[in-house]
Amino acid sequence: MQAKWTIAPAPHVRDNVTSRRIMIDVCLALAPAGIMSIVYFGAAAAGLIAISVLTCVLTEYLYQRLTGAKVTVGDWSAVVTGLLLAYNIPASAPWWIPVVGGVFAILIVKQLFGGIGSNFMNPALTARAVLFISWGSIMGAYPATQLMADTVSGATPLALLAEDASQVNLVDLLIGNCGGVLGETCKIALILGGVYLIVRGIIDWRVPACFIGMVFVCYLFMGGFDLALKEILAGGLMLGAFFMATDYATTPTSVLGRCIMGAGCGLLCFVIRAFANYPEGCSFAILFMNVATPLIDRFTMTKHFGEVKKHG
Amino acid sequence: MFGKQMFPGGVHPHEGVGGKAANQGNAIREMPAPRRVIIPLSMHIGAPARPVVQKGDHVLMGQVIAEAGGFVSAPIHASVSGTVLEIGEAQMPNGAIVRAILIDNDFRDEWVELHPCGHPETLTPAEAQQVIREAGIVGMGGAAFPTAVKLTPAPGKVIEKLILNGAECEPYLTADHRLMLEKAVEIVDGLRLVMLAFGVKDAIIGIEDNKPDAIAAMRAAAKPVDGIRVQALPVRYPQGGEKQLIYALTRRVVPNGGLPLDVGCVVCNVGTMYAIDQAIREGRPLVQRVTTIGGLVQNPGNYLVRIGTPVRHLLDACGGLRAEAKMLVSGGPMMGQAFNNLETPVTKGTSGIIALGADSLDPDEGPCIRCGRCMRACPMKLLPVHMDHFIREFNYNEAERLGVMNCIECGACTYVCPAKRLLTQSFRMGKKVITARRKAAAELAKKEKEEAERERAAREAAEKKEG
Repeated sequence: MQAKWTIAPAPHVRDNVTSRRIMIDVCLALAPAGIMSIVYFGAAAAGLIAISVLTCVLTEYLYQRLTGAKVTVGDWSAVVTGLLLAYNIPASAPWWIPVVGGVFAILIVKQLFGGIGSNFMNPALTARAVLFISWGSIMGAYPATQLMADTVSGATPLALLAEDASQVNLVDLLIGNCGGVLGETCKIALILGGVYLIVRGIIDWRVPACFIGMVFVCYLFMGGFDLALKEILAGGLMLGAFFMATDYATTPTSVLGRCIMGAGCGLLCFVIRAFANYPEGCSFAILFMNVATPLIDRFTMTKHFGEVKKHG
Repeated sequence: MFGKQMFPGGVHPHEGVGGKAANQGNAIREMPAPRRVIIPLSMHIGAPARPVVQKGDHVLMGQVIAEAGGFVSAPIHASVSGTVLEIGEAQMPNGAIVRAILIDNDFRDEWVELHPCGHPETLTPAEAQQVIREAGIVGMGGAAFPTAVKLTPAPGKVIEKLILNGAECEPYLTADHRLMLEKAVEIVDGLRLVMLAFGVKDAIIGIEDNKPDAIAAMRAAAKPVDGIRVQALPVRYPQGGEKQLIYALTRRVVPNGGLPLDVGCVVCNVGTMYAIDQAIREGRPLVQRVTTIGGLVQNPGNYLVRIGTPVRHLLDACGGLRAEAKMLVSGGPMMGQAFNNLETPVTKGTSGIIALGADSLDPDEGPCIRCGRCMRACPMKLLPVHMDHFIREFNYNEAERLGVMNCIECGACTYVCPAKRLLTQSFRMGKKVITARRKAAAELAKKEKEEAERERAAREAAEKKEG
């Protein structure tokens, strides 16, 4: 029995959940929305998704090889960023849009700030904002789906809602038969994915619940039930609430902090949608709350078990 | 506040091969005594015991071979009869080398004359403390704190509730489970005697509900006794943590930096209570204990083992290790210590010896993804994600502000971390540094005060001279 026994610090058993497993789960949860985008927008959608994912993974790989860092593309987090970025691009965009966006998301937002877990804004969303500001006409053109009656590149549901809520068909909103960027249209697919992540314990239900709930309540007071219901189903709200406002690196870690994150996103989203000269407020609302995250984390620190008041 | 969960945070660690399921049906068997026992002089918290025998002395089983080295300490008794080989050394599971008494067994098992207590039901607190102290009893759940000290409340504090820890929340361990099944009457008797001696009216026995047979056995034993309640608890690690158990059973919160007695509670392990019963009723000192030998061994089991038995002897008696074994752990897999010296002896606090396989080797650490799982797992409601961040930046002040000193090192955060970060180890290190700094600061302050005192005296003397 002269074998060598390993010495290591306790604990000696570990849960089998890994960062990689979590990222793969997020990809699985994003899959239905991706499939629906191909159904609605055809080969262009498939191409953009592929280019976006490849760019993100390749950028991460090359950066880490060139800087001599440990290559971590195996953790699937670049794939998640690639998918989210593609889902925020309209089907009519040229091939170089996801390339520019992917490089920006991974290189500037993620790796230069320290890689996974260290970025302070959501990479895909930041890239989307940059693309939107730089190439507004490309990013703001929402082609109609292949199944829509009038095939003219038309107004998004959000723009229509701003005029008159009755123009928008609820069923079309739910199944995604409406204008919009690739991944945001089919709400059923997004909700399915979100519920999957909640059930698997990967995202905190409080974030989407507070986010969507806040938007709903605000519109309920402003325009009634019909408008509120359609507003939460329109635009990028579902995609943002389930998949982007829940990004670990850029949201608070505490339970209360996550509620504040969700509610804050909802309120900002409502303010931008309803009062600003800009129909879609979801991405900027999330980005704003990303930046506020360290502050929220600091102010929502909980009392320790057994902590006694120092002055009292 | 925390619902059926009973205490904040916690995890449900999984079992492996040779875990509880494989072992809980194995009745306690007596492990044949080894040829030689190695009895460490510091196997309890506090001052090491002082040897009172010399090389070549013949000793009887149960004879005192080392006396308590202070108030917080415990005497040590021979666990075999035979000849003292030498006062030598032993390596403990944590790697420390400590003084130890080595005794060659004559295999006669001749006991010293035992003196059972004449009036067990009318002991005064002082008498009970003396019996427990002289029997060398320390906490047998693993911490090995001298029990008599625990049962000596500071002035102004009263023992209102006695809490018996039968949670056995660590995976793999089944020693307490078997003991509760097989010695329920004795454990309850010990508890009753302690209650009588200290005038305690209320006792709660906490047992996790994955041990329904033990709950039934303890309930049956406790039924005729007033004031003892058996409480089933949902399975959740670290239920057996002192503060967690007190909260789960009484909803009282032990203040940070305080003791259970601050909320009127004393927590004892069921094994400790059995030892107390043996000491009062039969006058037997603590020379053997029930230890689980589990995991990747050929024949897992629960054994009554002499204190000082080398691990090598235990493993041989269990048919040896399985080929897949890669790691040996003293205690449970969540808090136990990995060791690699097979001459390491079983001590008063050894609840189990388990062998683990390749899946227990540490995977590579990844970067923190800030998922927050560690925060939800922490039974002390600390913020492991942030504390780890600060400790790795050597920012100990900030880590201290976040409460790292309250970490109980249960390992729950490390267990759940998807990035496989060694969080608990980071906190252990941080706590060590902070403790060392506090000590250094205190010493510096003392030195400065002395210096100032000297200067003042010198100045006064000089002034006197001039005047």
